[in-house]
Amino acid sequence: MSTSIHVELWQVAASLVLVALAAAISFWQRADLERDILVATGRSIVQLTLVGYAIKLIFDVDSIWLVLLLLAVMVFFGAITARHRAAKVPDSFGPLLIALALAGAGTLGLVVALGIFEPTPRYLVPVGGMVIGNAMTASAVALNRLGDEMADARARIEATLALGATAREAAAPTVRRSLRSGMITLVDSTKTTGLIFFPGTMVGMLLAGASPTDAVRLQLILLYTLLGSVSISALTATLLAYRHFFTPAAQLREP
Amino acid sequence: MLFELREVGVDRGGRAVLDAFSASVPEGSTAIVGPSGVGKSTLLRLLNRLADPDRGEIEFRGRLLRHYEPLALRRQVSLVPQLPALLEGTVESNLRYAAELAGEELDVEATLARAGLDSSFAERDVGQLSVGEQQRAMLARALAQRPAVLLLDEPTSALDHAARDRIEAALAELRREQEVSIVLVSHDPEQARRLGDQVLEMP
Repeated sequence: MSTSIHVELWQVAASLVLVALAAAISFWQRADLERDILVATGRSIVQLTLVGYAIKLIFDVDSIWLVLLLLAVMVFFGAITARHRAAKVPDSFGPLLIALALAGAGTLGLVVALGIFEPTPRYLVPVGGMVIGNAMTASAVALNRLGDEMADARARIEATLALGATAREAAAPTVRRSLRSGMITLVDSTKTTGLIFFPGTMVGMLLAGASPTDAVRLQLILLYTLLGSVSISALTATLLAYRHFFTPAAQLREP
Repeated sequence: MLFELREVGVDRGGRAVLDAFSASVPEGSTAIVGPSGVGKSTLLRLLNRLADPDRGEIEFRGRLLRHYEPLALRRQVSLVPQLPALLEGTVESNLRYAAELAGEELDVEATLARAGLDSSFAERDVGQLSVGEQQRAMLARALAQRPAVLLLDEPTSALDHAARDRIEAALAELRREQEVSIVLVSHDPEQARRLGDQVLEMP
């Protein structure tokens, strides 16, 4: 699967014409997005260039430890980012950190153990980034839902506790719905993949000159890997986080 | 004595919702009355450990309440909250859920009858019940656990007169059976007199 193409800087510069078109449309229709378009373009150039150099460094050093360090940093910042979406869940950072770490380690460990990818930076860095990024989105969505549902279902949960149900039993319908909402986006997009949109990896590989067969196969592997990652992270995050709403005596904490 | 409360205090958000409250609640049917905001609901939630007091002690049948395992206690001392909150599904599935938690055999028809519902309610979806019917289904669900004590938090506050009378009739019958002790909270002194062997006033 080693394909490579060379992209000249002038080609990148020329594509800015389309940015100018977007800005012109915004100005003409008074959508008031010109400033945002400018900022977005600037940030994309700076951020991607920096990431490019970081990845080049990691590929050059070719150390598995450096890759693991990078993945650990991704997990840490992923958990911080997801925490903002899960504001209604008390102390959500711990569950998110564990969820992302488990999703990353579990899925990458499996694809390497199954011999699908070699344990080299060239595979682990991009796949790890996708796995952790998707795990972050899924666990953030799941905990966001969990926070809303626990607030809405407070009366029903306490009435169930009043029957002598455990916290786990009383929260079960809520946990189930939260897990579902964390996973459903990727499940749905996996259903429609190729029909409604071409996923990024496939597009990238086709552009880079790979055969369509290889592009499709790699894309399938990645989709299935992401499904695994998303389910591990959403499950771990919800199962750890729902406990934070209860005391050890199976009482609902005051909001 | 059923419950013995000594100098019980509960704080919420830095404010005492219950302070140095002492009372003796005997077996039988006790109605607790008082204006809204004096901590009646809070008091009831203490009695089956849905919350624990910040100060003071509570005994249940001579043993400190905090020494009871909360889940086992709640199956013995069952609380019916002010607003009905059934699980999705049919009335019968709710009853069955409660009975299984308590490890009790369930006679659906008899349990419904004790709560003033006829057997046709078993198959009804809880989403299609009126609030009054839901409240009676909540009562039936609590009874499905064959509890020793029923805690009722303003069981008729959300209901019209007809629905209130049906709940009160069911409770009066339970009181006559004397199989279960009842602790009922109400803001209505008339209702307290109708349903309680003794009436406890909260200041």
